[in-house]
Amino acid sequence: MRILVIEDDPVLSDGLKVGLGLCGATLDIVSNCADGHAALAADEFDALVLDLMLPDGSGLDLLAGLRSRGDRTPVLLLTALDEVADRIRGLDAGADDYLGKPFDLEELAARVRAISRRNEGRATPQASYNGVTLNPARLTVTVNGTCIDLSRREFAVLAALMDRPGTVLSKSDLEAKLYGWQEEVESNTVEVHVHKLRAKIGRAKIETLRGIGYRMRPIA
Amino acid sequence: MKSLRGRLFLILVAATSLIWLAATCWIYVGTTREIESVLDARLQEAARMVLSLASGNGVGVAQREGDPGQAPEVLNYERQLSCQIWSLDGRLVARSSGAPNESLSDKRAGFSERHINGETWRVYTTEDTAKGVRVLVGDRLGLREHLVGEIIKGLLAPLLLTIPLLGLLIWASLNQGLRPLQVLAQELRRRNADDMSPVETGRIPAEIRPVIASLNNLFMKVRNAMQHEREITAFAAHELRTPLAGLRTQAQIATMAPDGDTRKAALRQIIVAVDRTTRMVRQLLAMAKLDSSHEVNQSSVNIGDVIEEVVGALPAADRTAEVRTDPALKSAVVMANKELLLVAVRNLHENATRHMQQPGTIQWSMEKGSDSLVVFVDDEGPGIPDDEIALVTNRFFRGRNKSPLGSGLGLSIVEFALRANGARLVLQNRRNTRGLRAQIVWDIAQPDESPRSPKSSYEFGFKRSATAAVAAQNTTGAATNAEIV
Repeated sequence: MRILVIEDDPVLSDGLKVGLGLCGATLDIVSNCADGHAALAADEFDALVLDLMLPDGSGLDLLAGLRSRGDRTPVLLLTALDEVADRIRGLDAGADDYLGKPFDLEELAARVRAISRRNEGRATPQASYNGVTLNPARLTVTVNGTCIDLSRREFAVLAALMDRPGTVLSKSDLEAKLYGWQEEVESNTVEVHVHKLRAKIGRAKIETLRGIGYRMRPIA
Repeated sequence: MKSLRGRLFLILVAATSLIWLAATCWIYVGTTREIESVLDARLQEAARMVLSLASGNGVGVAQREGDPGQAPEVLNYERQLSCQIWSLDGRLVARSSGAPNESLSDKRAGFSERHINGETWRVYTTEDTAKGVRVLVGDRLGLREHLVGEIIKGLLAPLLLTIPLLGLLIWASLNQGLRPLQVLAQELRRRNADDMSPVETGRIPAEIRPVIASLNNLFMKVRNAMQHEREITAFAAHELRTPLAGLRTQAQIATMAPDGDTRKAALRQIIVAVDRTTRMVRQLLAMAKLDSSHEVNQSSVNIGDVIEEVVGALPAADRTAEVRTDPALKSAVVMANKELLLVAVRNLHENATRHMQQPGTIQWSMEKGSDSLVVFVDDEGPGIPDDEIALVTNRFFRGRNKSPLGSGLGLSIVEFALRANGARLVLQNRRNTRGLRAQIVWDIAQPDESPRSPKSSYEFGFKRSATAAVAAQNTTGAATNAEIV
């Protein structure tokens, strides 16, 4: 899961990067609206965690701009302004959830998971397809009832493929889900991860469409 | 006298009584004089009448002789009057009943007064030399005084009876007259403690309008001060939430970190966050203190000494930069409050220190012109983006080139402390090199200029109100290298 955080406090954004990273997400952090706009234009994110009071403007304006462009990225507002009126204003401006500072890291992670799975059109916390069940909250995967141990990256690849089973994800799509901007990506990393993943969950579960990408193999 | 009503009541009653007293004295004197002339005329009249009667009745000197004690009483006149008829050779011929035997007067004619048996008599004497009789008619002065007394008593009695009534009327009128004050007092009493809305001046009499105006003025001041306080508190609460959120998040990471490196990194971040929060709290307290101290005691302060004191007291961690101080500063003496100047210089210096990423030089210098004294501090940090320069003195404003420890309060504090000292803060980026130049400017007052009042500094406000804050951030965005801790 790739999350963009727009937050100007360095300690807090570092905490979000590390903390949500521990929960299995890939984080990109920017500290002002301008960089936020640029990031949203350049990449696709599974969720956006947005502070309201930013040095170069209000997060609400950024949110309004985002929604007016038709961007459906789930947005969680994370702000010190958490009076009821602020929350209402934020939600009515197009946010999907609202969390006042200070907050609990695990609650934030759970809320982010919730808004992003809703965005995938899924209500159940686990994603299941063709015998594979993925629990994003616990970072666990079971195949036909057997618990499988995956690395963080392998889990991320599987989660990306399971989000919309049946749709094909290209190599670069998967890279974008796996790595933030600062991370170096080796040219064949995705192949390596897919290879290891297949070894663990069964070769037949993931299908390669040569020259296009990967997808979960449809149920026969 | 505590009560206005009691005071007015006493004044009114005393004034009324005084007027009555004066009027009574006037009447007394007038009546006495009038009665005297009327009674004197009566004496004259009576004497003449008796004289003519005495002559007509043939009461002659020759007919009556003998003991004055048995002189016949010819006239049973009113008891108020006494009459004696004497022969010219000194015999008492006749007297009215109640008249003394002793001669009422030694005078041969006209009015006279005489003490007889402890009583004063007013006597009119007339004589008829042809018949050889002298008639003396007198009355007691005591009677006259009694008469005047009766008249005055008749006059005063109703007045005395009306005094309680008058008092009641005065009291009632006072109540009515002082009603607006009562209404005002009631309105003020009814108010909530934090109701600072102005008192209505619509139906208030002109006399207490100045009081109401002062009161409303005071309300306004208190309201502004309260609002100011509330804004600071709200902002402080708000601004502390983000570092607290950072602290909490890092603490949670430290507890759930799978490896030692992550935990250590989180703990290091916690230390940074605690430092920053500590600093912010300290700055907030400094600001609250500045806000509440409206009285500024000024004395001669040597700027060079102040800078030396600040630089000397810096913690070792802040001493990476080389500090150069212009020796001329030692000769610069201004009238200022040393505490406030220390706060300003310390903040500016810390600011310069914290924004220098590499080792460099912080230069304190000065320039004295004919109309101003300017103290410069130049650093080699990143400077302030031009669009943020106007915003950096706003409270809690943190711009793009912020230091991790900044609270967004430092420059705001500097500006306040300098204004209280009659100086200005001017910030500009250095032209030919990187870094910021902060200037403390004292305008030397021209003789016709009124001196800057330290009081005016209180106007220095909290530029971002709670709601305006977001707006301010929206419009420009910013922060500063000059952010002080």
